[in-house]
Amino acid sequence: MSSITDYERMPDVAEAERRGLAQEMQRLWETGPGVRGWLSTVDHKEIGLRYIVTAFAFLIAGGVEALIFRLQLAGPNEHLLTPEQYDQLFTVHGMTMIFLYAGPVLSGFSNYLWPLLLGARDMALPRLNALSYWIYLCAGVFLYAAFAIGFGPNDGWFNYVPLAARAFNGGPNIDFYALGMILLGISTTVGAINFIVTFLRMRAPGMTINRVPILIWGTLTASAANVFAIPAVSLAFFLLWMDRNLGTHFFDTAAGGQALLWQHLFWMFGHPWVYAIVLPAMGMVSDGLPVFCRRPLVGAPAVALATVATMVLGFGVWVHHMFATGLPTISLSFFSAASIIIALPSAVGVFAWLATIWTGRPVFTTAFLFFASFILLFTIGGVSGFMTGSLPVDWQLTDTYFVVAHIHYVLIGINVFPVAGAIYFWFPKFTGRMLDERLGRWNFWLMFAGFNIGFFPMHIAGLLGMPRRIYTYADGMGWDWVNLTITAGSFVFAFGVLLLIANVVRSVKAGRFAGANPWDAPTLEWATSSPPPPYNFVVIPTVGGAHPLWEDRLGTEGETSHTRAGLVLDHGREAIGTTPVDAEPNVILKMPGDSLSPLCLALAATALFVGLLLLAWWLVALSLLGIGASILVWLWPRARLGETAGGAHV
Amino acid sequence: MSDAAIRPHAELPVGAIGSRASGWWAMIFTIFTEGSLFAYLLFSYYYIAAQPHLPGTFPQGGVPSLALALPNTIVLLISSGFVAWAQTGVERNDKKRLALGLLIGCLLGIVFLIVQYFEWAGKSFPLASSPYSSLYFVVTGFHMAHVVVGVLVLAALWFWSRRGYFNNVRFAHVHIGAIYWHFVDAVWIAVFFTFYITPLLGLGA
Ligand code: HEM
Repeated sequence: MSSITDYERMPDVAEAERRGLAQEMQRLWETGPGVRGWLSTVDHKEIGLRYIVTAFAFLIAGGVEALIFRLQLAGPNEHLLTPEQYDQLFTVHGMTMIFLYAGPVLSGFSNYLWPLLLGARDMALPRLNALSYWIYLCAGVFLYAAFAIGFGPNDGWFNYVPLAARAFNGGPNIDFYALGMILLGISTTVGAINFIVTFLRMRAPGMTINRVPILIWGTLTASAANVFAIPAVSLAFFLLWMDRNLGTHFFDTAAGGQALLWQHLFWMFGHPWVYAIVLPAMGMVSDGLPVFCRRPLVGAPAVALATVATMVLGFGVWVHHMFATGLPTISLSFFSAASIIIALPSAVGVFAWLATIWTGRPVFTTAFLFFASFILLFTIGGVSGFMTGSLPVDWQLTDTYFVVAHIHYVLIGINVFPVAGAIYFWFPKFTGRMLDERLGRWNFWLMFAGFNIGFFPMHIAGLLGMPRRIYTYADGMGWDWVNLTITAGSFVFAFGVLLLIANVVRSVKAGRFAGANPWDAPTLEWATSSPPPPYNFVVIPTVGGAHPLWEDRLGTEGETSHTRAGLVLDHGREAIGTTPVDAEPNVILKMPGDSLSPLCLALAATALFVGLLLLAWWLVALSLLGIGASILVWLWPRARLGETAGGAHV
Repeated sequence: MSDAAIRPHAELPVGAIGSRASGWWAMIFTIFTEGSLFAYLLFSYYYIAAQPHLPGTFPQGGVPSLALALPNTIVLLISSGFVAWAQTGVERNDKKRLALGLLIGCLLGIVFLIVQYFEWAGKSFPLASSPYSSLYFVVTGFHMAHVVVGVLVLAALWFWSRRGYFNNVRFAHVHIGAIYWHFVDAVWIAVFFTFYITPLLGLGA
């Protein structure tokens, strides 16, 4: 245990109960005390929870905005909001839900769960993980600062030019939006890279590629898509900012630029992004639902492959958002066909979940209800998507409330419901306590009923011809009762979400104790205590199958998993690196400790964007220096991390 | 419990080891995302280039001259060669060669930037004059920003090499920085082809 200067080592094997081992691990992995510790922690569990809490704050904000504009639309000719206020509210609502809630909340779950599911000590790049959170927080504050001072984005979340050009929108609204989105894109990108590297390098020994939980596939696929897709939107917003502030002519049709270039760049990103905010949620259902059916997921390999296939196809459908733009029919037909084919892999998932329930012995917990109802909502959202994916129908329905119904069935159905289920399922792991099941039933039924009462009639409003994004309507259009129903249902739904939050707040202190594995679930996160210690596992688990904790009843395919005995890595903060496909150990990784560099870098990056917003070049220059300095300190080669000649010192 | 099922077959290397370092993988995917960024930039160029234009506006000022751009391309390629030479040097524990290769690579990067400055200064049009000028300055500007970062990376690596941080086992930093530099050079080939060669082939005219 003294100083090691050699470059190679055979790690010890020991029982998890070995005396003093847990204490030693605690000492090595514990985050430092006080404010400094809080600001510099790189523990993926802490970061994951921060992500979830922050995303929920944005969910509430976005929800309140929606309730306000639904009040405005509850009846004809209302005067609660001015048209400008309405524009900002629905745009900020869309931006908040899509970018600040739906993506980040899944990053939060994945951050918390990934290392535990994989049998690892942390993410592959813990400091990058902290950076990703801090930038997300800064970008959220940046975007909301605009709204708070009355200059929120106001051209809809996809922000089409020429409406978003300086000539038609002179305030700073769109500059805030453009720069905030680029900043947020950095957070998403570094987070995505971290997930990919973690998948390739940090799986416990023996977790070959066919033994990986489906949630991992969901987040992995989303991350891979993000790596390729985010640059499109960041670039689009950057070029727009240039057009607006430095007089370039990318989108300026009058000068020979191309307005449609915006739409291409935006939707090349936008559609993969839509999958990025649902695939990990589907993964959570694929892992959670079978636990309550008391059997493994039916057709798990097919579901994993379908996840990947959805995303690959997802890159080929962006033009279906542009069916009404006058593109050549031949290209429209191609994209229409692609949009319909994409229903196939989704159907694989639906049948796998249904078969799992059908052939299992369902236990009707709140989590089960959320997961199972997701299948129904997904199907409804899928059908309306399938409808608008076909050209002639889309020409009728585009820009009506039918599309609003579709996006909410997809997003609330496939994101909010699985997330609520995931909270009921994993809350015991997060906190060591159970959520209240009785309150849970109220919570579920109010959300489910409220959602369908509030959002199903939107289909009808759309078919009756009500356009989206209107701040009021005249009476006598025949839309009054639908709108009143929509608003009423929305409030019931919102009250349901409130009960979820109430349940969480209450149970953190007063919930029943959970123990390590309250649901008798099969995957590795349930092999460690609830909440898990900072080092996750005292000894590194060895994996012999897809359900390490169910091997006693399912039998094994020749190899057994070990969670009570395993590799001991105790020469400083260490983790095991394994090969990408077969998960054979091939290196002992030195993991970084607490660090303030991520926070400094995030603040400097935010200052840079403030500088660009104000066109204050001195601030831009200063921030660039700050960014450079933070990165230099971060990357300085360290003996402790085994980065310099002379061996890895403890 | 069977130790044999758990214990690795051989001793494991410890720490940041070449392509087993997490940072190496992170750089590979950073390059994927940066590569996509340039793909979208060039997509924007071709998208606008493919639309009808008034004569002489695309490329503005006629087909760009190769007088500076071609030699400058070669400078960048040679710089990559020196950095690769430094990489194989450190693998053989030749620390002098490591430092020298990085230093020359870095200096050639600076030469590239200076020549690019004159290339920009020689343009008859400013940034805001047309879609072409916007594309030209923004795309080459993005690339120049990447060269600046690359030059700083090489300078830091050179400094660390001089302090004796790296040897034939611990050189992950060198390889990670170097692949970034090779990437920046490869991107230039695509940018160069787009702006200097495709007009010769008749695009935009
Ligand atoms: C209480 C819950 C919610 C209510 C009552 C609600 C209501 C609405 C309504 C009525 C619109 C249409 C506004 C218009 O076109 O005039 C809208 C737009 C939208 N909503 Fe929601 N919504 C809720 C939650 C969500 C959630 C959870 C998400 C995503 C995860 C979401 C995403 C969107 C998006 C992307 C738009 C489009 C914004 C735009 O047109 O630019 N909403 N919402």
